[in-house]
Amino acid sequence: MSEFLSQGGYGAYVWPAYAISLAALGAAVALTLAAYRRAKRRLARLEGKL
Amino acid sequence: MTAFLALLGRDLRLAVRAGGGAALALAFFAAVVTLVPLGVGADLLLLARIAGGVLWVAAVLAALLALDRLFQADFEDGSLDLIALSPLPLEMTALAKMAAHWLATGLPLTALSALLAVFFDLSARGTGALVLSLLIGTPAVSAIGGIGAALTLSIRRGGLILPLIVLPLLAPAVIFGSGAVEGVEGGLPNGALYFLAAFSLVCTMLSPFAAAAAVRLNLAA
Amino acid sequence: MFELANPKRFMQFSGALLPWLAGAAALALLAGLVLGFRAPPDYQQGDTVRIMFLHVPAAWTAMMAYGLLALASIVGLVNRHPLADVAAKTAAPLGAVFTALGLVTGSLWGRPMWGAWWVWDGRLTSFLLLLFLYLGYIALGQAIEDESRAARACAILAIVGAVNLPIIEFSVDWWTTLHQGESILRKGGPLIAAVFLWPLFLMALGYTLLFFSLWLIRIRTEILERRARSLMLSGAP
Repeated sequence: MSEFLSQGGYGAYVWPAYAISLAALGAAVALTLAAYRRAKRRLARLEGKL
Repeated sequence: MTAFLALLGRDLRLAVRAGGGAALALAFFAAVVTLVPLGVGADLLLLARIAGGVLWVAAVLAALLALDRLFQADFEDGSLDLIALSPLPLEMTALAKMAAHWLATGLPLTALSALLAVFFDLSARGTGALVLSLLIGTPAVSAIGGIGAALTLSIRRGGLILPLIVLPLLAPAVIFGSGAVEGVEGGLPNGALYFLAAFSLVCTMLSPFAAAAAVRLNLAA
Repeated sequence: MFELANPKRFMQFSGALLPWLAGAAALALLAGLVLGFRAPPDYQQGDTVRIMFLHVPAAWTAMMAYGLLALASIVGLVNRHPLADVAAKTAAPLGAVFTALGLVTGSLWGRPMWGAWWVWDGRLTSFLLLLFLYLGYIALGQAIEDESRAARACAILAIVGAVNLPIIEFSVDWWTTLHQGESILRKGGPLIAAVFLWPLFLMALGYTLLFFSLWLIRIRTEILERRARSLMLSGAP
């Protein structure tokens, strides 16, 4: 396990790379979905009013 | 042809008078170039090595200074509409304005660079290469800058966006321009001037089309 | 294909396609990650090769996104397809994110080998300029108030950028050979062993599918927002 974590001594580079990628892509997914849901709700409200 | 020259002459006259930006560009160029040795130290060997790059970057920035007004000034007072209605094709109008900008800004900057190269202890041959590279490359700056000016003419603070849009596109000019100086200083001919000439040629030929398209879409309000 | 320009058909089409796209993306990424970590350390790069599985897919996706953006821009200018403008506008922020990710992972990949956080490697430098192209595009779109004007201005900028990009890459390449000799960080590095190729391919596939999924969702969002706006203008109470 510790071998996996140390990644041949390069752990300090490998893990941040994966962490940042996960964070960035995760944020992209979350924000995209949130914006979509917001737009859907807003449209539904406006259509409900009419 | 006369319409083209008339427009060019008019723009040129507007640029060189006070507030037109031509003198401002020269002063800015000198100021920036003066600042660099203050920042990196007075080691003449170092300065001579970085001279090509520093002078090229400063020249590009100075040329961009007054560029945002290239189309915007005429747009704001309505003359751009009239110019667009004239029999002169909009592409030629754009070319005339870019040419006027080069004559009023690029060309004087090129001349001044010969003097400023002294601050960097650049050799005579190096200075020759610098001046030649600027002479060949500044038309590209006016051309691509002209596209940026046309795209941003309706934005009130477009002057801030223009460098962001234009500078990445001018990377080849800076690379080849300063590379030409390096080639002479380092003694290894590297063909930089040929690439620069090709780049300038392509930019001046194609830019009027992009700039005209941008002017059209802004006028079609 | 042009029938999709009709927003309603696009919503139907994308709604049906999305679950498959997203699912495939998740599968590809998972498989890529597993294979990536099960691959042995590279002879030269050691375990840093695992960063390559993040860097190359991000770089590839960023460049593909710009190509798609330019393509959508051309279609928008020439054919005046309303959706083409939306497609271009929504692709830009996504492309910028992948570009930034490519730069960060490239820097992390290079640091153990080069000793510095950033060396002006040809590919990374071109990449940095690509990021600026994206940022300029986004800034221009936000600065112009009128929506259709902004779309057309951005389209012109995207096309100019796309034409210039090969020239930029050529000049940067030339510049690195001038100053540093051969480019250190070549495409995917010097290895081509199959054990690395599979995770690389799967991650690239996953990133691409992820991009398309997010892109479709963003276009759908834009369509819904425009519908809402037109409802508000046409006489909501």
